[in-house]
Amino acid sequence: MTQVRVLAGTRKGAFVLASDGKRDKWSVSGPHFGGWEVYHMKGSPADPNRLYASQNTGWFGQLVQRSDDGGETWQPVGNDFSYVGEPGTHVWHDGTPRPWEFKRIWHLEPSPDDPDVVYAGGEDAALFRSANGGQTWTELTGLRLHESAPVWAPGAGGLCLHTIILQESRMFVAISSVGTFRSDDDGETWRPVNSGLVSEGIPDNDAEVGHCVHHVEAHPSRPDTLFMQKHWDVMRSDDGGLSWTEISGNLPSDFGFPIAVHAHEAETVYVVPITSDSLHYPPDGRLRVWRSRSGGHEWQELSAGLPERDCYVNVYRDAMSVDTLDECGIYFGTTGGQVYASADSGDSWAPIVRDLPAVLSVEVQVLP
Amino acid sequence: MSTPGPGTDVRVVLPAHLRNLAGVHGEVVVCVPAPVLTQRAVLDAIESRFPVLGGTIRDRRTGKRRPFIRFYACEQDLSNEPPDAPLPDPVAKAIAAGAEPFLVVGAMAGG
Repeated sequence: MTQVRVLAGTRKGAFVLASDGKRDKWSVSGPHFGGWEVYHMKGSPADPNRLYASQNTGWFGQLVQRSDDGGETWQPVGNDFSYVGEPGTHVWHDGTPRPWEFKRIWHLEPSPDDPDVVYAGGEDAALFRSANGGQTWTELTGLRLHESAPVWAPGAGGLCLHTIILQESRMFVAISSVGTFRSDDDGETWRPVNSGLVSEGIPDNDAEVGHCVHHVEAHPSRPDTLFMQKHWDVMRSDDGGLSWTEISGNLPSDFGFPIAVHAHEAETVYVVPITSDSLHYPPDGRLRVWRSRSGGHEWQELSAGLPERDCYVNVYRDAMSVDTLDECGIYFGTTGGQVYASADSGDSWAPIVRDLPAVLSVEVQVLP
Repeated sequence: MSTPGPGTDVRVVLPAHLRNLAGVHGEVVVCVPAPVLTQRAVLDAIESRFPVLGGTIRDRRTGKRRPFIRFYACEQDLSNEPPDAPLPDPVAKAIAAGAEPFLVVGAMAGG
């Protein structure tokens, strides 16, 4: 029987939520790694029982956990995320050069083909790769040594690499307060792909780098089409990131963090509008997902089953995901500890669980 | 619990999260092979016995104590002592005799 597994990383541990294909009754297991921040947890497309989790605290630093049985048991694997060579500097908040310093892993992206290959996006921004199931990690230095890197500067969330998109030999990554980068040679060399982004918070509004990209998604069938939620503005690219156009249209706010693409409709996109960069909660205290079925510009408010009032949670950048069942399921987690699910492409919603710690990430797996 | 081999057996108390990671309960005993007990020698012995703790107590790159980790023994805070300095004589004697443990502590913090 088909099973759906939702992997929720939270501020105080990891949780695995499971249901059958109807997606109306859920079991909750966890917390795994209780007391630790789990920024991200994701399963291998090549082996759904192979899961990776990023585990961190300010006390004890970074760990990576691996499960080979779908999250029932876990083992810590390698946590040596060393920058290669002399790490060089980026710009600190006071304008001075500051050496790269590893803090945490924000995102884990398993290879679609090999369960032992997984990529990790770090803070301070760097991309790491493991080819042995996370036991050892090697930095792909071409990104951090890009000629623009010395002027990268952290935003309020840190200089974090939070988005990794794998498309055979082509890869995209996104870095907060820096922008989106593309590699066409398996991550060896990189170029910024931010043309068309306009950010009022930086001196040169359309600079090559310096844009606070919050999240980027692509549909597997349309690798050249990318959808981006930026600090402000919802954007799309149809040429593999070479140029971007704004598609915010009628959204009540084009500030937000996550963005997701329907599993079977490459022009159906989801965002969660947040009031503003200084008010990180939904407009008017009403939690809403907005859906565009036309690739942007025209958006539809989705409200059935979502809080109508007094809701002041946020939804973080990695906390929305979709499943691949025929009737696509959409999932997101909130800073209030709710994980909401829609089994009908967003038309209606219900909470899977209401009282988890603040949810940092949500990923979904469909098991045959 | 004792560790066979030459050197000094040192009782170590780890914080709960690190005990979970190491898969141990209560105190552990590590064998410190160095002729003189220093903070670094004790920590090296802990990480050698429990490789999973690498990077959780000391920064992997710099080898420095992580900011919210403390080292105590005999009611003394050893956290800011030079890592290669011999432990203070009464502390070293008490630890070597097994009378007192070396404590690795997660610093108090709110939240």
